[in-house]
Amino acid sequence: MSRYTTLAISEPNELRFGLAPKPLTTRHGMQIGGGTVYPELNFTLPPILVNAQTMPEIQRHYRQIITGALQRAVELECHGLVVEFETLPPMTENPVWGVDLAKILVDAMGEANAKHGLKSVLRMTPNDTREMERPPRMRTGQLWEAMLKTFEGAAAAGAELLSIESVGGKEVHDEALMIGDVRQVIFALCVMGTRDMRFLWTELGQIAQRHGVHCAGDTACGFGNTAMVMAEQRMIPRVFAAVVRAISAVRTLACYECGSVGPGKDCGYENPILKAITGFPMAMEGKTAACAHLSPLGNIAAATCDTWSNESVQNIKLLGGMAPTCYLEQLIYDCRLMNEALADGRDAALMYRNWMVRSDAARDPQAFVLTPENSIAIARSIVCAPNDFAAGKAAALTAISLLREGQRAGAVKIAAREQPWLDTMEEAVGSLPTTESEFINQMMGVVDTTKFVARDYGLAG
Amino acid sequence: MNEKELLTKAVENGNRNDAQCLTRVLLEQGLAPLEIVEQALMPAMAVVGEKFKTGEIFVPEMLIAARAMKEAMVLLEPLMTKAGIKPKYTAVIGTVQGDLHDIGKNLVAMMWKGANFGVVDLGVNVPPDRFVAAVKEHNPHLIGLSALLTTTMPAMRTTVAAVRQAGFTSVKILIGGAPISEEFAREIGADGYSPDAGSAVDGAKKLLAN
Ligand code: B12
Repeated sequence: MSRYTTLAISEPNELRFGLAPKPLTTRHGMQIGGGTVYPELNFTLPPILVNAQTMPEIQRHYRQIITGALQRAVELECHGLVVEFETLPPMTENPVWGVDLAKILVDAMGEANAKHGLKSVLRMTPNDTREMERPPRMRTGQLWEAMLKTFEGAAAAGAELLSIESVGGKEVHDEALMIGDVRQVIFALCVMGTRDMRFLWTELGQIAQRHGVHCAGDTACGFGNTAMVMAEQRMIPRVFAAVVRAISAVRTLACYECGSVGPGKDCGYENPILKAITGFPMAMEGKTAACAHLSPLGNIAAATCDTWSNESVQNIKLLGGMAPTCYLEQLIYDCRLMNEALADGRDAALMYRNWMVRSDAARDPQAFVLTPENSIAIARSIVCAPNDFAAGKAAALTAISLLREGQRAGAVKIAAREQPWLDTMEEAVGSLPTTESEFINQMMGVVDTTKFVARDYGLAG
Repeated sequence: MNEKELLTKAVENGNRNDAQCLTRVLLEQGLAPLEIVEQALMPAMAVVGEKFKTGEIFVPEMLIAARAMKEAMVLLEPLMTKAGIKPKYTAVIGTVQGDLHDIGKNLVAMMWKGANFGVVDLGVNVPPDRFVAAVKEHNPHLIGLSALLTTTMPAMRTTVAAVRQAGFTSVKILIGGAPISEEFAREIGADGYSPDAGSAVDGAKKLLAN
């Protein structure tokens, strides 16, 4: 494990789509982050129970999804495709089911490569089933074992990219969002979350190494996107969700410190910050993922992406065809446009990037903190901090001050009723103790310690 | 302003100490616990709920008011239990089997508590038989089911069927979650659907009025 102390990208104009300082080359020869943006397709089942009886029907679904998608990719002369398989809980609890489905995908992808020369790569994302038990056991038990088996089996079957939406720290974070407490957010993400990430990704690193595949990356989905969806439903202030996003980068960074190489997972909207720090390619999702959830980040998310994803869509029939095929078509056209801009040279790509940034940034604080300039400012505050806790504080304070300055300059709109929240958050972060151990002592008296097993986080209970 | 009105204001403003203090004063003045709940606390939560619905305040601010109400209830509940007074409505709520998404469900539970429903929260990943057992134990007027995954929507159907088969035909079942719709509710024999926490109180009351 090594800490990042400098930025891979420190110049805002270098933080842009399709180009990462450390691109990743796949077995089929795709160069992710090497000058081309690739579509990343994700899909899920329509309403259906997942069990042994329905497994044949479920396999038919996945076969239908991948066949339709690959065929369309060939027809549209797609230059390379990332396919993401996010399992559903029973498929992780019963590794054989998840792995068999992964094989269906890999086989079809291999065939399309042999027949049509279509390059593709499979990202396997077993869902984090550890929380099926409450309080979750993070480091032992049947759920943990089965989850690792799913990773292992998929890697052996040919899934080259390993990802997960891990949930360490969520036991405390959900409550923190409901009560709007930024101190608990920092505790959940930068004390609990990072500790779990280091444990988890060290294990996953060993699996990846055994099978010659890559640890791609994690996401703070259960944290930042929960906040975003809640803000979208007007449950919590947008400025709060924006600050949560900035802090969440500290948690996700831990997977790269443990050997992940990208592309970072699509739903991690903190990825622009992480691209600036690590230089690894990143998946992003935005307007073409409205099938999965709404967001105020539709265009700006694409500004720094290396793969462009639809997050998830059910395998149902739309007028144009099956939904995954339709969404792949949209992704491919989005990518064509970005790649055309890249082909026209740096200035053209920058102009297109700036349009994507400007069309969103002023309208929502959550978009504003992700402009290339602001992502880099937050990234810098993180790498300058001596530890995760300090980094969380720094990221929060930087985001708050960027929002204030942005508002003063008329660069971002902040609703009047959200205004007091900037002060409240700033005061709360400003009053935190200086050392991590003092902070842990303090917070263990504040958070609900029955919701998690402190030992599983290396914390004294 | 009299003490009752002051208590209403204290809860609205989330002032916990005042809420408890004023409740004590009102009890000393001889007001019945139920009167305090219905004439001071509920109007406060109604105002707060309305402010939330119109976007004037956020959930954390609403929770502060809810906590102030809780402080008052700490004094009132034992007296009401002793007198055999129960909340007008009791609800059992949970996220169905296989599903771990709970924030939406928690928010609905919170809104119901604010409306002075007795709420039994069974948590997440709740199998049908646990719902049935809870219905037997608490004899609720209302069941709330939450599902966020398309692959746990069928568990909603089995839960509704299990409750009905166990003979609880009059308890109202309200369902919700991102993939859920009014049609789906009708299809599986639930009594209603609410799209969000804000409308879940009205949705429940509408069902219960019938
Ligand atoms: C946050 C989130 C998570 C968090 C959950 C945090 C938590 N404690 O709940 C985490 C990261 C843990 C998570 C895990 C998973 N998730 Co998720 N998640 C989401 C996300 C982004 C937002 C959900 C949320 O919290 N919304 C905020 C709340 C306030 O809104 P709400 O839940 O909709 O609730 C409101 C209403 O629906 C209604 N309501 C809800 N319940 C009820 C009940 C009643 C009675 C009533 C009246 C009303 C009502 O009122 C609520 C308040 O207004 C959704 C996207 C989406 N479109 O919803 C995906 C989503 C639901 N998840 C998805 C998936 C796939 C998963 C995983 C399988 C991912 C994985 N591979 O790891 C796991 C599954 C775990 C499991 N077994 O359940 C998919 C579902 C796809 C499908 N097949 O259906 C979605 C749609 C995202 C996607 N990929 O497209 N997820």
